[in-house]
Amino acid sequence: MRAIEKKLFRELWQMKGQALAIALVITSGVATFVMSLTTLDSLLITQSTYYRNYHFADVFASLKRAPDELRSRIAAIPGVDQVETRVVGMANIDVEGFDEPVVGQFTSISDAGQPLLNQLYIKSGRLVDAGRDDEVVLSDTFAGAHGLRPGDRISAVINGRGRTLRVVGLALSPEYIYQVGPGALFPDDKRFGVMWMARTPLGTAFDMDGAFNDVVLSLSADANLEVVLERLDNLLKPYGGLDAIGREDQLSHDYLSEEFRMLKTLATLFPMIFLGVAAFLLNVVVSRLIGTQREIIAALKAFGYSNTSVGVHYLKLVLLIVAAGVVGGLIAGAWLGRGMSEIYVEFYRFPFLMYEIGPEIALAGALISAIAATVGTLHAVRKAAQLPPAEAMRPEPPARYRETLVERVGLKRFLSQPSRMIARHIERQPMKSTLTVIGIAFSCAIMMLGSFQEDAIDFMMDVQYGLASREDMTISFVEPTSKRAVYDLLSLGGAHDAEVYRLVPARLRFGHRSRRTAIQGLEAEGELRRVLDARLQPLDLPLNGIVLTDRLAEILEVQPGDLLTVEVLEGSRPTLQVPVAGLVNEFVGLSAYMHRSTLNRLMREGETISGVYLTADSQYHSEIYRELKKMPRVAGTVVRMNAVKSFYETFAETVLVFAFINTLLAGTVAFGVVYNSARIAVAERGRELASLRVLGFSRGEISYIMLGELGLLTLIAIPTGFVIGRGLCGYIANNLQTDLYRVPLVLEPTTYAFAATVVLVAAILSGLIVRRRLDHLDLIAVLKTKE
Amino acid sequence: MRNDSAQAPSTDGIVFQTRGLTKVYDMGQVQVHALRGVDLDLYSGELVVLLGASGSGKSTLLNILGGLDTATSGAVSYCGHDLTTAGDKELTQYRREHVGFVFQFYNLIPSLTARENVAIVTEIATNPMQPDAALGLVDLSDRLDHFPAQLSGGEQQRVAIARAIAKQPAVLLCDEPTGALDSTTGIKVLEALERVNRELGTTTVLITHNAAIADMADRVLFLGDGAITRIERNTKKKPPTELTW
Repeated sequence: MRAIEKKLFRELWQMKGQALAIALVITSGVATFVMSLTTLDSLLITQSTYYRNYHFADVFASLKRAPDELRSRIAAIPGVDQVETRVVGMANIDVEGFDEPVVGQFTSISDAGQPLLNQLYIKSGRLVDAGRDDEVVLSDTFAGAHGLRPGDRISAVINGRGRTLRVVGLALSPEYIYQVGPGALFPDDKRFGVMWMARTPLGTAFDMDGAFNDVVLSLSADANLEVVLERLDNLLKPYGGLDAIGREDQLSHDYLSEEFRMLKTLATLFPMIFLGVAAFLLNVVVSRLIGTQREIIAALKAFGYSNTSVGVHYLKLVLLIVAAGVVGGLIAGAWLGRGMSEIYVEFYRFPFLMYEIGPEIALAGALISAIAATVGTLHAVRKAAQLPPAEAMRPEPPARYRETLVERVGLKRFLSQPSRMIARHIERQPMKSTLTVIGIAFSCAIMMLGSFQEDAIDFMMDVQYGLASREDMTISFVEPTSKRAVYDLLSLGGAHDAEVYRLVPARLRFGHRSRRTAIQGLEAEGELRRVLDARLQPLDLPLNGIVLTDRLAEILEVQPGDLLTVEVLEGSRPTLQVPVAGLVNEFVGLSAYMHRSTLNRLMREGETISGVYLTADSQYHSEIYRELKKMPRVAGTVVRMNAVKSFYETFAETVLVFAFINTLLAGTVAFGVVYNSARIAVAERGRELASLRVLGFSRGEISYIMLGELGLLTLIAIPTGFVIGRGLCGYIANNLQTDLYRVPLVLEPTTYAFAATVVLVAAILSGLIVRRRLDHLDLIAVLKTKE
Repeated sequence: MRNDSAQAPSTDGIVFQTRGLTKVYDMGQVQVHALRGVDLDLYSGELVVLLGASGSGKSTLLNILGGLDTATSGAVSYCGHDLTTAGDKELTQYRREHVGFVFQFYNLIPSLTARENVAIVTEIATNPMQPDAALGLVDLSDRLDHFPAQLSGGEQQRVAIARAIAKQPAVLLCDEPTGALDSTTGIKVLEALERVNRELGTTTVLITHNAAIADMADRVLFLGDGAITRIERNTKKKPPTELTW
């Protein structure tokens, strides 16, 4: 081995602590990068493979009732590949040992077994036998939530008739990856479940013998979706068809896409921020590290080493550290990515996981780190090599210190001599101090990203389920009903207040833009369900016109005062012109609100409602659930507290695991930065501090000078980090806007406190390590050598 | 500039020639004139001592001769090659092949042993001697594998000399080589230098503020305030062992 390479390895070994800290920063950056991108990649691959292998349909339509003969006419639409007509219906389910109302969505599968489209993945048990009318296949999620297994029984009230069903199998379907019950915003596996029965028995149960009320299609490769949808709508219109939709608008797929979009934002923004911060820190640390080797660089040059070979030498040193960090990052990232993917796969109930690390992801992570390190190294080496060697070896002229601003404005007498040294040192090298502050500030800022998500989710839930929704349960009816139904509910034991609502599915259209949603007709001055304005104050719904969430208004490009076309997708399906009366700011969903009586008037119906918001004494809840199950009119009941709970148990969990891992990695970055700043400072000023020791300063006093500076910079860095962190969170919040969610920029004091604490702990630990070093300064060496 | 032999060929034996050499340091508010028009000829195989008080400009002159620094004005040439106009690349090549340096503070690389500190130079030289042989010349054959921190100051400086001569340079430039040493150790270092000059015929320039050392030189150049004030030729060189201070 050449002597210069020996120098490389020995010095690397000598600075192993620092090298490890730098490598950890890179490891964290690369790990976040690999984890996020591979998780996203594998989810997308898994999803598309799942869709393909299980023949996920391209077009979905539901209708009131059509004869089976219509099937051949649907199949004749140009571009249609396969047609599956089905019977789909809701029913109240009774699971033994579970009081609360449960809604089952029954979907028929072909008597022959597997349907052509939306095939089932049988996780256990078997498919139903068409010859028996009491067999059911349950969705694995629902069964899992209740601990149901093949062989167990459930009761269902289908079309007003109670019957007992035997579970023969548990299955997953690409159609119901996301299972959201009527009126719910999030999946609730305990209270809503998808189940499958054979076509003939289910048709009989729903009075659909020889008829169907749902159809799904797959398209040939050259099909035009818009044309197919239009022709299908025309065919189904006489049979009470609702708007046919493409895959993009299918509920489960839509939810999944929105979530993947959100995940994609996180999965690209987070690692970019992380790797960016890591690269910046690497740059700063490496520059300063090489700065401390100024004399050795000069000597090497005096021997005849060229600038290039000196540069290559230091580049090798840095790249070795980077390589260690990248390898660590790849391993950690792959491990975490696999773990994350498994959590998501479990969450989405994909039947399988296809996890792989694309070489381009690994390569990109390695390249970004290497480039950042190279830029930092070359910059620093160039700076060190620029000086003629003679000058570099000459002791630096005494640095030009002066009284600091603090002293000049007359505070000098309050500062001891060591304190003055700290202040002057910081002020003399404003650039170096600034970079240290920025480095520590960034590590503080990325600490905030993880907790920010938690804060935002908490805030969203508080607003949605604390301020806006204040009912105990939302009861929805099978069909629009007279307002008088509310008295039946109010007569239930323990019921307090009831507020009715009308929900009308509609397509809102403005110009060439349209969006399918539901118009919610709410009571004037409602207490249980309120619409909130931007300041979270209850908004009085105007008597005329419609109020939109601003996100919906953005999509439609409408403003208050514009005339909106409302194509109602229910009953006689009128098309109405309604002025936009105002906008509200909501975090979840794309809602449109109207006065309930105005909506009734526009629909040319009497006092008609779709459901009731109810409050009741909590000790009567179980009793009320039991009564509700007996009411054939009741399609479903959503219990507010359960919705919140199930949200935290499912969706929030995945996001929070992601956030937790990020917080952990951010903590590593914070420590790496602070520790390196401290170590380099010692290297830069060791001689000066040793001289002070020779002059009679105690260990404590020189530690004060050294660590005081680090402490002061840390204290400046923390509020700076708050500002940067808030900016980063704002940026993420902005990029997380989806149709489902709008993430508010909310940062709780605990988030600030947590970030600051981690940085302070990192600073204190680094300080203690550095302090040990200061205690062992070689005093004799100082007397012997120059400076 | 190729190094064909240890002795650079020169028509009239002149190794270094300077004319009107001037160096001005810009120290922000003040300008320091380190050299004020130095005219100088140095001959092949000579041992020259540059004597002057600190601040007299002797280090500046040595650094410019060694290609570590460039002049503000005037000319300097090495064996007929102009150093004044040489760029960084040429100067690097020049230092690599022709010049050996010995610094006051040794400038050894702490992470390398004595042998490796020499090797780091021989590995890039064209026609070097073995590191062990170079260390033998300075009587350090028994300290080959010691790190700088395990060597005394005198030993460290002798490693530096071994490092400087191992590439078999045409000239050896020594900046206060005994400045950081006591007299006994200093004399050992001077002996090593004298031996190299005598046995290898390396042109040696030694700067010092210690007048006693001047007695071992062929010629003594006195510097004061950036100019050569006097040149003396020693009719009888003293061996370093006879020097005292």
